[in-house]
Amino acid sequence: MADAGAPAALEAAGLRKTYGDFVAVEDVGLSLAPGASLALVGESGSGKTTTARMIAGLEAPTAGTVRFDGRVLPGRRARTAVRGSFAGDVQMVFQDPYASLDRHQRVADSISEVLAHHTDLRGSALARRTAELLDQVGLTAGQARSLPRALSGGQRQRVAIARAVAVRPRVLVLDEAVAALDVSVQAQIVTLLRELREQSDTAYLFITHDLGIVQHICEDIAVMHRGRIIERGRTLSVLERPGAAYTRKLIDSVPRRGWTPKRGATA
Amino acid sequence: MNHMETPLLAFEGLHITLPVRGEHRAVVHRVDLTVPAGGAVGLVGESGSGKSLTARSVLRLLPPGARVGGDVRFDGASVTAMDAASLRALRGSGAAMIFQDPRAHINPLRTIGDFLTEGLVTTRGQRQGAATARATDLLREVGIADAPRRLRQRPAELSGGLLQRVMIAAALIGEPRLLLADEPTTALDVTTQAEVMAVIDEAREQRGLAMLFITHDLALAAAVCDSIAVMYAGSVVEQLPAARLHDASCHPYTRALLAARPDPGTGARPLRAIEGRPLSASEAGPGCAFAPRCPAARDLCTTDRPLPERTGDGRTACHFPLLAGADDAAPGTERTVRHG
Repeated sequence: MADAGAPAALEAAGLRKTYGDFVAVEDVGLSLAPGASLALVGESGSGKTTTARMIAGLEAPTAGTVRFDGRVLPGRRARTAVRGSFAGDVQMVFQDPYASLDRHQRVADSISEVLAHHTDLRGSALARRTAELLDQVGLTAGQARSLPRALSGGQRQRVAIARAVAVRPRVLVLDEAVAALDVSVQAQIVTLLRELREQSDTAYLFITHDLGIVQHICEDIAVMHRGRIIERGRTLSVLERPGAAYTRKLIDSVPRRGWTPKRGATA
Repeated sequence: MNHMETPLLAFEGLHITLPVRGEHRAVVHRVDLTVPAGGAVGLVGESGSGKSLTARSVLRLLPPGARVGGDVRFDGASVTAMDAASLRALRGSGAAMIFQDPRAHINPLRTIGDFLTEGLVTTRGQRQGAATARATDLLREVGIADAPRRLRQRPAELSGGLLQRVMIAAALIGEPRLLLADEPTTALDVTTQAEVMAVIDEAREQRGLAMLFITHDLALAAAVCDSIAVMYAGSVVEQLPAARLHDASCHPYTRALLAARPDPGTGARPLRAIEGRPLSASEAGPGCAFAPRCPAARDLCTTDRPLPERTGDGRTACHFPLLAGADDAAPGTERTVRHG
């Protein structure tokens, strides 16, 4: 678990992103201690994915900074080697397991490639580490030799997770990483993510629209609405005693036992 | 089952195969299910369970080459045997469908007004003015405030939530007796989902409209339906009153699904994953399709496919159903076996 005195794994401050006149993200700041787990929750258009992509270096912030262990993330114009040196700082897992793997590359090769690029592992040591990672995410040797099309959505998401944790990143950004999966498979991936976090110091930034799943992965939560973080705190206390009216509405909209759909203001 | 009246919709041993690389593969094994007039049945399942194809068979909207066994009856009439005129009548004013992705089912070049009034004008011979007035009323009813402006807009100008309301209005405009709703809120935000479901609920109540509601979300289905049917790998494995879902489900798969779904009100209850992945109907072996993932499976389960049998006030297709109220934890821990 996080040590209060340790430097933050991630420190984002004053993040802002505009597209023309449209402000997608406004004044978002967040900090993650090593091994911490923060959920960034919001509906479509809330700015949660844009925030995630700025933190992962996939979007340039209009304003604000992203720091990993004190180092500032370089812009998109930085040299490949400089950008590559941040691989161990942040990795990302995307929503669609069918779109995030190369369909011509065997699963084990997609892991080995990342390891060969970012570590000194070669030959049998490389193969050993690849096998270890695939085993860690619950894939068999047979599945390791197959192409992505032979795997189910849940299995592909396991590959994407193995590839992301291969370089032991300080921060893993999970953008709706379980949203596209069947309910029964979703629970498997949530369990896997919990196990991986217990075994490492990697901090999670878990982007989701699903309030129900948050408490199963994250101790902390930040709720985004219209580009801003409108509420943050410990997950259980925010879910039990939300401070913002919007958070309350979000919680009340989740179908559960005894729930009936209610009509709010007309659209 | 009620033998006194003809149910509005009845699936009788429905079986569907699709051609895949020269051979026919089963996508629905067996569905026996009825929807009474004015009632709501939730058909719940994961991907590949056959729930959408089951719903589509009601309007004969199956992919090319599909073969249908058993029967689907609408108000007593066999849908599979219908001639073109009867099928048009069924599609026009018998049953209306709402799909998951509204943008895939509306012409992006035509206005919302054209889309809504076309059927009234061309097939019912209504005047444009009357049809537009009707469309305006319906848009207001589904919670679209500035209806006249929306009627002049095109689909791209509307958000997903608004467009799904338009699709609901389009389904209601033919005054059907049955609504087939195929994951109508899955692509929507959770707050929008609550509103769209409330709109559907109110429209049903005012009209006495029956509904077959297709979803992957058990809790949502239980909230808006009278009865729940759970599908797995092409067959209905359990059917029970919605009010009894959380306490009295008997099939290990239903209970496992309930335990796998997170909701924000359950405190720290751990999620229970189901091992493996959902099978599609064509992958199901000779035994129970859920047996490979079922912690309580025995030898019999891998060799004989169980048929639905009465369990309490529902029906369960399981050799060893869990008795109501015995244990709401994962199947296999403290379970009570009916026979054998």
